[in-house]
Amino acid sequence: MAENDTNDRPSPEALLEEANRERRGRLTIFLGAAPGVGKTYAMLEDAQARRREGVEVVVGIVETHGRKDTETQLEGLEILPRRRIVHRGRAFHEMDLDAILARRPRLVLVDELAHTNIPGSRHVKRWQDVEEIRDAGIDVCSTLNVQHLESLNDVVERITGVRVRETLPDGVLQKADEIALIDLPPQELIKRLREGKVYVPDQARRAVDHFFSTGTLTALREMALRQAAERVDAQMLRYMRAHAISGPWPTRERILVCIGDGPQAMRLVRTTKRAAERRDVPWVVLYVETHRHQSLAEEDKDSIAQALRLAEQLGGETAVVQAERVAEEILAFARARNVSQIIVGRAHPKRWFRALHSSVTADLLARNEDFDTLVVAGEDERPPRGLDTRPIPAAVDGLAYAMATLTVAAATALGLVMDIWLPLPNISVAYLVGVLLVAIRHGLAPSIYASVLSFLTFNFLFTEPKYTFAISDVQNILTVFFFLVAAVITSNLAARVRSQVEATRLGARRTANLYDFNRRISAAVGLDDVLWAVVHHVASTMNGRSLVLLPRDGRLEVVAGYPPEDTLDEKSMAAARWSWGNGKPAGRGSTTLPAADWLFLPLRTGRNAAGALPMGILGVQLQDGQALLSPEQGRLLDTLADQAAVAIERTALVADIEAARVAAETERLRAALLSSLSHDLRTPLVSILGAASSLHSYGDTLKPAERQDLAQTIQEEAERLNRFVQNLLDMTRIGSGTLRPRSDWVDLADIVGAALGRARRMLGDRPVSVDLEAGLPLLRLDPVLIEQVFFNLIDNVCKHSPEGRPVTIRARRRDDTVLVEVCDQGPGIPEADRERIFDMFYRVEAGDAQAAGTGLGLAICRGIVAAHGGTITAGAGHDGTGTCITVTLPVPAEPEIGGLDQDRGLQAEG
Amino acid sequence: MAKILVVDDEPQIRKFLRISLSANGYDVVEAENGRGAIETHRRERPDLIILDLGLPDLDGQEVISAVRETSPVPIIVLSVRAQEYDKVEALDRGATDYVAKPFGIGELMARVRAALRQRPADREPPTIVTAGSVTIDLARRVVGKDGAEVRLSRKEYELLAVLARHADHVLTHAELLRAVWGPAHVHDTVYLRIYVKQLRHKLESDPNRPKLIVTEPGVGYRFKQTSEE
Repeated sequence: MAENDTNDRPSPEALLEEANRERRGRLTIFLGAAPGVGKTYAMLEDAQARRREGVEVVVGIVETHGRKDTETQLEGLEILPRRRIVHRGRAFHEMDLDAILARRPRLVLVDELAHTNIPGSRHVKRWQDVEEIRDAGIDVCSTLNVQHLESLNDVVERITGVRVRETLPDGVLQKADEIALIDLPPQELIKRLREGKVYVPDQARRAVDHFFSTGTLTALREMALRQAAERVDAQMLRYMRAHAISGPWPTRERILVCIGDGPQAMRLVRTTKRAAERRDVPWVVLYVETHRHQSLAEEDKDSIAQALRLAEQLGGETAVVQAERVAEEILAFARARNVSQIIVGRAHPKRWFRALHSSVTADLLARNEDFDTLVVAGEDERPPRGLDTRPIPAAVDGLAYAMATLTVAAATALGLVMDIWLPLPNISVAYLVGVLLVAIRHGLAPSIYASVLSFLTFNFLFTEPKYTFAISDVQNILTVFFFLVAAVITSNLAARVRSQVEATRLGARRTANLYDFNRRISAAVGLDDVLWAVVHHVASTMNGRSLVLLPRDGRLEVVAGYPPEDTLDEKSMAAARWSWGNGKPAGRGSTTLPAADWLFLPLRTGRNAAGALPMGILGVQLQDGQALLSPEQGRLLDTLADQAAVAIERTALVADIEAARVAAETERLRAALLSSLSHDLRTPLVSILGAASSLHSYGDTLKPAERQDLAQTIQEEAERLNRFVQNLLDMTRIGSGTLRPRSDWVDLADIVGAALGRARRMLGDRPVSVDLEAGLPLLRLDPVLIEQVFFNLIDNVCKHSPEGRPVTIRARRRDDTVLVEVCDQGPGIPEADRERIFDMFYRVEAGDAQAAGTGLGLAICRGIVAAHGGTITAGAGHDGTGTCITVTLPVPAEPEIGGLDQDRGLQAEG
Repeated sequence: MAKILVVDDEPQIRKFLRISLSANGYDVVEAENGRGAIETHRRERPDLIILDLGLPDLDGQEVISAVRETSPVPIIVLSVRAQEYDKVEALDRGATDYVAKPFGIGELMARVRAALRQRPADREPPTIVTAGSVTIDLARRVVGKDGAEVRLSRKEYELLAVLARHADHVLTHAELLRAVWGPAHVHDTVYLRIYVKQLRHKLESDPNRPKLIVTEPGVGYRFKQTSEE
C-alpha cells in the first residue's frame, strides 16, 4: 500500500509531528511504579539543577505530603499560589492555570499528572491543564504512577484489587518528550513505607497492605519498566521515519475491535489498545447498529457511547455502521479498511442463552476466512461498586392498558353475541384476535395483561361452571396458555417490525438531514447566507440553539445565531475561546470547561492544517439543559460541523479569488496611471519649462512676436496640465465614492452653453452646432458635475476630431429621458472599443502618437452620469463618419411652478 | 490710483499678482495670512481686496466676515474649482466676485475693473446699460435690441434689471431670487431657469451659446457687459 512508498522520503506526518514537538513546551514525565518511589523528589532535584543552570523554574503545584527531604528540595524555587475553589461548601486548592500562563516561566513543575480537578476548574483533568501550558510554549515536568494509565486500568484492578479512578489517556504519556523512570526495588519501597516515608491517604489505609505487597509491586514495576521500554522503541521508530531511514517497515496493519451492547465493551477497547500499541498499529472500534439498538435500555446505549468515547480518548478510531447482518458487515468493513486482525468478545456467558441465540462471534468465526480473529474472554465487567444507575422505569402506559381492556371488552361483546349461535371454542378465537391486536399495537406487557384478562373474562362468562373463576376443563387451561404464547410471539414480532421501521426512519431522516444541509449550504452564496443556513440547520437538527463564532481582528465574535443571538455570557465565551485557541471541543458535555452552557466545536477543514487555528467555532446548546449529546447526535454534529467548515471555507475562497482579481485589476490600473502620469504630466511640463527658460535667457534678443508665442505656449500647456489635474481629482472623487451630486433644477441649454463657453479656446475653428429640441423639460442634476461631463465630451471631440470639422450637440426627449448626443466627424471608434473607451486610462490610439489625453475624461463622464441615474454610450456618427457619444438623463417629475403662472404673458410696463 | 490688497500665502502667486497689477497701474499691498489681511485692511484702507480662501491661520470666509463688519470694500475671492460651494458661501458672506484658480491674468483684471467700477464712492446709479446690441434703460424700463424694443414680462424685466445693475458681477441664485421673487423663494431655482431661458430667447443672438447672460455653474448668473479676452 501507499505507506511503503514513503520509505525514502521523510513521511510528512512524521516531520510535522517532529516540528510540532519543537514548537510546543516539552513535557517530561517522572514515571514510577507506585507512590513513594521518589518521583516528586527526583523532579525537584532535577528542577534545582535546572535552576542552577539559569533556567527560570516555577512550581505550579507540588504535593510534599509533609516529607522533610522533599520540602528541603523546594527551597529557592518560586512557588505560585494555588487557586481556591469552593465546591459543595468545601474549599479546595487547585493549581492556578491562568497564573502559570500569565507568569510564562521557562519550566513549570506540575505534580501528579493524573489528578482530577475539582468541578469548576477549567478542565476536568490536570493533564489537560498541562496540555494548555505546553501549547503556550512552556515546558512542564510532571509525575505519574503507572497504575493511572487508562489502558492498564483493568489490569491494575485485577492485580491490586483497587479500582483506580484517576486515569490518564495513554496518549499523554506516549507524546511526552521525555520519560524519566524512577525505579525502586519492591523491598526498598516496602521498607520506606514502614519507615513512614510514603504518604498514604487515610481512607486508603485499608488497601495499603494488599497494595504494597511484593507481588503487587513487582507487577506494577514490570508495567512501568515496560512502558518506558516500549517508549524507547517508539522513539526509535519515530526518529527513523522522520529521518527517512529505510528499514524493514511492518506493512501497515490495523486492528478492528467489534463491540456490542454488553458491558464488556470497555474492556474490549482497552485490550485492543494494548494489543495495538505493542505492535504500533492503528486500531478501529466498530459498532454495528441493528434494529435492536433502538430498543436497548438507555444504560446499554450509554455503555456503547462510553466505549466509543474511551476509544477516541485512547487514540483509536471509531466507526458506527448500520446493518442487520452483523458478521457480514464486520467482514466487509474489515476488508475495506485493510484490517489484519479482528478482536471480538466471547459470546454471552450464559450457555443456555448461547444455545438459543445465534452469536455474532460464532457467525463471524464461521464466515471468516481472511482475518485473524481474537476472541477475548467474556468475563462480565460489572460497573465497579457503582450505584444502580438504572433509570426509573417509565410510568405505566395507562392508555395502552385502557386500550387492552377495551379490546377485551369488545371481544367479550362479540363473544356474547356469538354465544347465541356457536359452540364454545370459537368464542376463544375472538379473544385471541383481541390479544393479537393489543400485542401489535401496544407491545408485550399490555398484551400479556390482555391475555390474562381475556382468560378471566372467558372463564367467568363462557366456561362451565359459568359466572365463576373455577376451571373444570383441561381445554380451558390450554386456552389461556395459547393466549399467552400468541401474545408473546406477536408482540415480539410487532416490536421488531416497529423498531426496524423506527431505525429505517431514523437513518433516512439522518441522510435526508445531511442531504438537506448540503443542499442548503451549497445554495448559499455569501458568507452570511452560509452562516445562516448553518445555524438554522444545526439548531433545528439538534433541537436546540446554535451559534457560529468567527475571528475578527484576532478576537472571536458571534457572527450568527439561531435563534438570533449576538452575545454570550463570559463563561461560555471563555469556553469558545479555549476551543478556538486549542482546536478542540469545549464546554458542556466535553471535558474542558464543562460548566459552560454551550458545547463548542472547532470548525476545521483539510486545508486548515493541523497547528493552525480553526477557522471558527460552532456552538450548540441542547434544549432543556440536556447535557450530553447521544453518540448519534455527536456524530451528526461532527459531520455538520465539517460540512459547515467546508462551506465557510468555500465562501472565503471565493472572496480570496475576488480579492485577487481586484488586486490584479488595481495593479493594471496603477501601471496605466503611472504611464499616463509620466506622459501627460511631463509633456506639458516640457513645453512650459522650455518656453519659460527661453524667455528668461533670450527674452531681450527675441522679437516681440516670438516672445508672445512662447508666452502663449506656456499658457496653453499650463491649461492643459490644469485639465489633467482636474480630471485626476474628479476621478479620485468618483473612485473614493465621495462624489455625491447636489441636484438642482437645471436647464440643459444653460449647462451646454456653460461647457461650450469654457471650451471655447480648445474648440478653435471647429464649427459647433447646438440643436436642442424646443420644450425640453428642466432636469434635476448637479449643474457643476454635468457641466464637467459636457466639457469633457467637447474636450474629447477636440482631441480626436481635426480642426475645421463640425461638432454637433443635439438633445431630444425620449419618453422619460432626455437624450443628448455629442457628435464629431473624426476617424470614429472601432466597434470593439466603443465600450472600453469608458474604462480608465483606455485610449484607442496607442503609443506616443496619441493625442494628449488622460484616458480619464470619459471614465469621469460615465461615473458622473451613472451617479445621476443616466447612461452614456458611444456609437457611430449619424452619416456613418465620426463618433456620437450619447448621454441619457432621466426626466424628473414636473417642478412646482405655480408661482410663475400669474406672470405669464404680462408685458413690461411703459 | 486704486490701492489693492493681495492676500495669499503663496509668495509666487503674490509676486505675479503684484507685477501684473502694478503693470496695470494699481498700488499693491500684500498680506500672507488672514490676521495680516484684517490688520492691513484696517491700516491701509485698500480700494479692493483679492483674497485667497485657503489661508494658513484663518479661514478666508472669516476674513470676509471680519472685513465686512467695518467696510463695504469690494472683495474678489480666489478659489480652486472643486470648491463651488465655498464660492457661494463667500458671495453670501459679502464677497463681490470670485475667480477660480488657476486663472489667466486677463480674467482677473476684468473682474478687478468691474469690481472697482462699483466702488461706493463714485457709484451713481446707471440709467442706461448697454451690452453688445442690447440696451437697457433702467429709468424708463425699456429694453431694446438692435434698436427695436423687446417686450418682456414684468418678472423678466425685473430679473434683467437686477443682472444689468450688477453688470459683469456674478449674482448667486439666492441673490437673484431674493431680489426678484422675494425672500420666500430663495431656493426656487426653477423660476430662474425658466426666466433666464426666456430672456435668452428674447435677447441672445444664439440662445444655446449665451454671451449676455452667462451661467456660472453651481453659483449663479453674470450679465456680461464687457468681453474678457
